Amino acid sequence: MGVDIRVENLNAWYGAVHTLHDVNLRIPANHATALIGPSGCGKSTFVRCLNRMHETNPAARAEGKVMMGDVDIFKDATPVEIRRRVGMVFQRPNPFPTMSIYDNVASGLKLNGFRNKRVLDEVVERSLRQAALWDEVKDDLKKKSGASISGGQQQRLCIARALAVDPEVLLMDEPASALDPVSTAKIEDLIFKLKSQYTIVIVTHNMQQAARVAENTGFFLMGKLVEFAATTKIFTNPSDKRTEDYITGRFG
Amino acid sequence: MSPLPVRSRHLERLLELRRSATNHAVTALAVVSTVLVLVPLVAIVGYLIYKGASSLNLAFFTHLPAPVGEKGGGMANAIAGSGLLLGLASLMGIPLGIGAGVYLSEYAHGTWLGSAVRFTADVLNGVPSIVMGIAAYALIVARQQHFSALSGGVALAIMMVPTVTRTTEEMLATVPNPVREAALGLGIPKWRTVLSVSLRTASPGIITGCMLAFARVAGETAPLLFTAFGNQFWNLFNLNQPIAALPLQIYVYAISPYDDWHRLAWAGALVLVVMIMIAVTLVRIFANRGVLKGGH
Amino acid sequence: MNEPKTVPVDRPQMQKVVVPQERAVPTERTVETAATPAGLSVVRSFLLAKSSGRYADGAFASLMVVCALSVFAIVLLIVFVLISKSMPSIHQFGWRFFETRTWDPVSGQFGALPFIYGTVVSSLLAVLIAVPLALAVSIFLLDICPRFLRGPISFLTELLAAIPSVVYGLWGVFVLVPIIRDQVGPVLEKYLGWTGFFAEPNFGVSMFSAGVILAIMIFPVISSISRDVMRAVPVNQREAVLALGATRWEMLRIGVLRNSRMGIVGSVILGLGRALGETMAVTMVIGNHPDILKNLLAPGYTLASVIANEFTEATGDLYLSALIEIGLALFLVTIVVNAIARLLVWAVMRGNTARAH
Repeated sequence: MGVDIRVENLNAWYGAVHTLHDVNLRIPANHATALIGPSGCGKSTFVRCLNRMHETNPAARAEGKVMMGDVDIFKDATPVEIRRRVGMVFQRPNPFPTMSIYDNVASGLKLNGFRNKRVLDEVVERSLRQAALWDEVKDDLKKKSGASISGGQQQRLCIARALAVDPEVLLMDEPASALDPVSTAKIEDLIFKLKSQYTIVIVTHNMQQAARVAENTGFFLMGKLVEFAATTKIFTNPSDKRTEDYITGRFG
Repeated sequence: MSPLPVRSRHLERLLELRRSATNHAVTALAVVSTVLVLVPLVAIVGYLIYKGASSLNLAFFTHLPAPVGEKGGGMANAIAGSGLLLGLASLMGIPLGIGAGVYLSEYAHGTWLGSAVRFTADVLNGVPSIVMGIAAYALIVARQQHFSALSGGVALAIMMVPTVTRTTEEMLATVPNPVREAALGLGIPKWRTVLSVSLRTASPGIITGCMLAFARVAGETAPLLFTAFGNQFWNLFNLNQPIAALPLQIYVYAISPYDDWHRLAWAGALVLVVMIMIAVTLVRIFANRGVLKGGH
Repeated sequence: MNEPKTVPVDRPQMQKVVVPQERAVPTERTVETAATPAGLSVVRSFLLAKSSGRYADGAFASLMVVCALSVFAIVLLIVFVLISKSMPSIHQFGWRFFETRTWDPVSGQFGALPFIYGTVVSSLLAVLIAVPLALAVSIFLLDICPRFLRGPISFLTELLAAIPSVVYGLWGVFVLVPIIRDQVGPVLEKYLGWTGFFAEPNFGVSMFSAGVILAIMIFPVISSISRDVMRAVPVNQREAVLALGATRWEMLRIGVLRNSRMGIVGSVILGLGRALGETMAVTMVIGNHPDILKNLLAPGYTLASVIANEFTEATGDLYLSALIEIGLALFLVTIVVNAIARLLVWAVMRGNTARAH
C-alpha cells in the first residue's frame, strides 16, 4: 500500500552548487505523479533525495523535511531502511549482470537475508507478472543472466526487482529514456496498472508521457518547483507563465 | 630554362631517396632486432625443455633428494614445500590485498588516504624480493632464532599484496556504477552490496589478478634463502621448521659441482616453469571470457 | 500457484484526482502471503524487522580500512627493521660505508663501494642492451609485423616475463657463461680490447654476463610498457603525419615517438628498477668478487647478490648488520627509481586517456 509524501523546504547542494531551492509539495498516495522540466532543472536530484540516494555521492547534501507517511526520512530512519520502503528504477536498465533473472528479482530479499524459498518463488513470479515480463522469461528464469535479455525487458526486470521488496513508493527516474517506442509503451502501460497500489513518482522529459500516466504533475525549473497541479490543469491551463512557455515548447 | 630548377629537382630527388632509404633501414633494423631477441628467447625455452624433459622421471616427483654421489633421488619434498609455502602466502596475502583493493575502489574515492595507499602499493611492488627476505628474517627468524616455513610464507605474502590490491581496484572500477546504485536502491546495506554485487561482478578479473600474483611469487627464490631456508627432508605440517621449496632446490643444485644434481636442477626448472605456465594460461582463459558477460 | 492479482485495470481516472481517494484493503494486493494482523505482507514485515545493518556496515568499512592501512604498515615495518638492524654498521662506519672499497669480513672491515659499482654497471649495461632492442620490437609489433605473427611473438615475450629468476640463472650458468667465455669474449677482446672494457682474464662469469642476462630479463617490462604508451598515442596524430606524405619512419618519429617519449623513459626507468634489485640470476653468473674493475669480462659483485650469497653465513653482528645496511640502501634506491618511473608512466597514460575521451 502506498503512502503519501510531504516535502517541506527541501534544499539540496552538489558541492557548492545549490541545485534545489525550497521545494514544497505533497505527493498523494497510490497515484502517479510526474515531474517534468528541462534537463538540469533538479528533478532527478529531487527524486534521489526521496530515498536518500543522493547520499551515495559524497559531494551531495540535502536539507529540509521529507515525511513519508508519518516517518521523517532524514530523522527517523537510516538510508537503508528508507530504501527498503522506496523502490527505485533508474534511467538506464541496470540488472545485476552476474545474476540470473530469478536472482535479479529476488536480490532485494535474498541479499537482505530472506531465506524462505517457497515465498521467494511466489514473490518472483508475482513481481514478474506485475512487471508484465513473466510470460517472456518464465522458461529461463534461472538459465539466463539478467544482462542477456533485451533493453526493454531489462528495464521491466528492474521494475520487477523493485516491486519484489513490496515497496510503498516507486521512484522512476526517466525509466523509458533509453528505450525504443514499443518498450516505452509497455513501461507506460505498466505504470498505469501499478499506480493504484503504489505511490509512483516518475521523472520524465517527455510531456506526452506525463500526460498519459500521471494524475498530478510538477514543473521544475532551475532548481525550483514552479508549479504543481493536476496534470490536466498543467497542460491545459497552467497558472505560471514559465510553465506555459515550457509546455508550448518555447524553451527546453 | 635556367639550370637552377634542374639542380633543385636533382636535390629533391636525392632527398627523396634518402628519406626512403632511412625508412627502409629502420624497418630492416626493427625486423633484425626482433629476430635477435627471439633467438635467446627460443634458446632458453628450447634448452629448458630439452634438458628438463631428458632428466625428468617418476622418481623426481616421488623421491627425496639423494645424498651426494648416490644416483637418482627427486624433489618430492620441494614440490610439496612450495605448495605449502604458496598456500600459506595466498592465505595471508590475497584477503589482505582484496581488502585494500576494495577500500581503494569502494570507499576511498578522491581521498588523500586512497592516493597514498595506491602509491605505497605501487612502490611496494617495486621493492626487490631479496629485501622482503631480509624483512621477514629480521621480523620472524631473528626473533625466533630459527628458520621457518612461516617466515618464508610471510615474505611471499607481502610480495603478493600490492599486485592483488591493484588488480582488485582496477577490476572493481570496471563495475558500472548504476549496478551498485541498483543494489543500494533496494535497501541492501553497503557491505552486502560490495560483497555480493561489486566483488561478484568483478570476480573473474580479480581471480586473474590473484593467479598472476601467485605465478609471480611461485618462482621466487631470493626471499626464501634465509627464511624458509630449504630442507632435505619432508616437512608437511610444522610451520616452525625450515622447509624445502622448488626454486631454492634448483638454486642449490645449479651451483653445486655435481652432474647428477645439475640434471635434477634442469628437471626442477622445467616443472616450475610448466606449473607457472599452467597458472598463466588459466589466467588467459579467464581473461578472454571477459569480465562481464553480456551487458553493455 | 495463486493467480497473482494484478490491479484491476480500471478506466483512467486521471482527470479527477488531486486528493487521494481511500484505497481498498491491503489484502487485495498480496496474494501468497497471508496478511499479518497489521495488514503487512510477509516480505514487508520481514524487511521492517530486519536491522539496517549500520553496525555491520561500520565494521566492514573499518576492516577494509585496516587492510589498506596494512599496506602502509608493511612498508613502514620494512623500513623500521632495516634501519634498526643496520644500526651497528651505521654507527661503526657512517657515510664511509658507501665510500670504502674494502670488504673484508675476517678483519671486520666493510665498505659497500664495490657492490654499488657492480649494481650500477650491470644495470646500466642491461639497459643499454635492452632498450634499443625493446623499442625496435615494439615498433615491429605495432607497425610492421604481419597480423598472424603478432600474437605468437607477444605471447613469447610475455612468457619470458613469467620465467623465474632462478631459471634464467640456471640457463646463464650452463649456456650463457660458456658462450661468453669461449666465443663472445675473445671476439670482444680482439676488436674492442683497446677500450679497456674487454680484457683478460676472461672466466665467463663476469659483469658482462650479468648485464646480458639482466637485459633479457628486463626486456619484457620495457617492451610491453613502451608498447602500451605508443599504442596510447591517438590514431589521428599518426594519420595527421601520414597525410603530409611522411614515410613510416617519419610517422613513427614525429607522430609516435615524440608523443610518447615521457612514457618510454618511464618504462626504461622501471626496467632499471627491476635490474637494480634482481638477485638470483645475477648471483649465479657474476662471479661474486668484490672489486672495482674496468674490465667487464672480469667477475664483479652486486648489492643484491652479496646479500643472497653471504647472509646465511654471516658470523658476528657487525657482518650481518653491514649486509642489512646494504639491503636498506637497495630498498631506498629502488623506491626512488620506481617512484620516478611510476610518475612518468602515470602522467603519460593519464594525459592520453584524458585526450581520448
